[in-house]
Amino acid sequence: MVPLSWYLILSAILFCLGVSAFLLKRNIITIFMSIELMLNAVNLSFVAFANHLGKLSGHVFVFFVMVVAAAEAAVGLAIIIAVFRTRETLNVDRVNLLKL
Amino acid sequence: MLHEILFLFFAAICVGGAINLVLQRHPINSALSLVVVMVSLAALYLLLGAEFVGAVQVIVYAGAIMVLFVFVIMLLNAGAEEQSQGSRIALLIGGPGVALLAGAIMWLVTHSDKTIGNVVVGSMVSTTGGDNTHQVARLLFKDFLLPFEVTSILILIAIMGAVVLASRKES
Repeated sequence: MVPLSWYLILSAILFCLGVSAFLLKRNIITIFMSIELMLNAVNLSFVAFANHLGKLSGHVFVFFVMVVAAAEAAVGLAIIIAVFRTRETLNVDRVNLLKL
Repeated sequence: MLHEILFLFFAAICVGGAINLVLQRHPINSALSLVVVMVSLAALYLLLGAEFVGAVQVIVYAGAIMVLFVFVIMLLNAGAEEQSQGSRIALLIGGPGVALLAGAIMWLVTHSDKTIGNVVVGSMVSTTGGDNTHQVARLLFKDFLLPFEVTSILILIAIMGAVVLASRKES
């Protein structure tokens, strides 16, 4: 019997690691991956609370989060490709102007 | 007892993979450690009685989305990242900030420990409504039908957006 709080603490740890990766990383693709990590952490607490409440709505919410994450990944990676084509770099410090 | 062992095992893999994601300098190593995190999260979903979500996690997240990431990393030939002034400032200010955030969430969770109870394996198995996938499908196509249709339009727009953004401009 595992307390629900263990799952929530794991979710918090993963979320905070995602935030720290988001802050520390300079590579635009890795920053994107840390956003995925944060979404996964939130999904874990959704499923944990679905188990706690005995309702399946949490699972449906996780499904929607995954759909949005897939759409976000497709569009975001296309934007990264477009940025790389115009600037020849993936370092976010060098991508600091909207206009070339 | 087995539940604790499995939880701690997969939680350790999860946290290890996430820490490795932060520490690795090359994006492909970060991507592969993110795959590790996602697969062990799928195992944790199975422990929580979410078979459908666990399967979708492996297929969609660890399969489709991470393949997309690895493709882009290889397409753009991304090398190891370099440190800069910005990352040092982020480490100085962000590190304590994130530690504070983690501490606050954990304090909140542990102090409401009495009211939120335990996770019992098998508590999500219903004897009347079919298995987990059946129940999720019934919920998805009955109560959440409109959001489901809206997400299909969202996916369509995302596909078109990705094609337009990634296409080479002829000039």
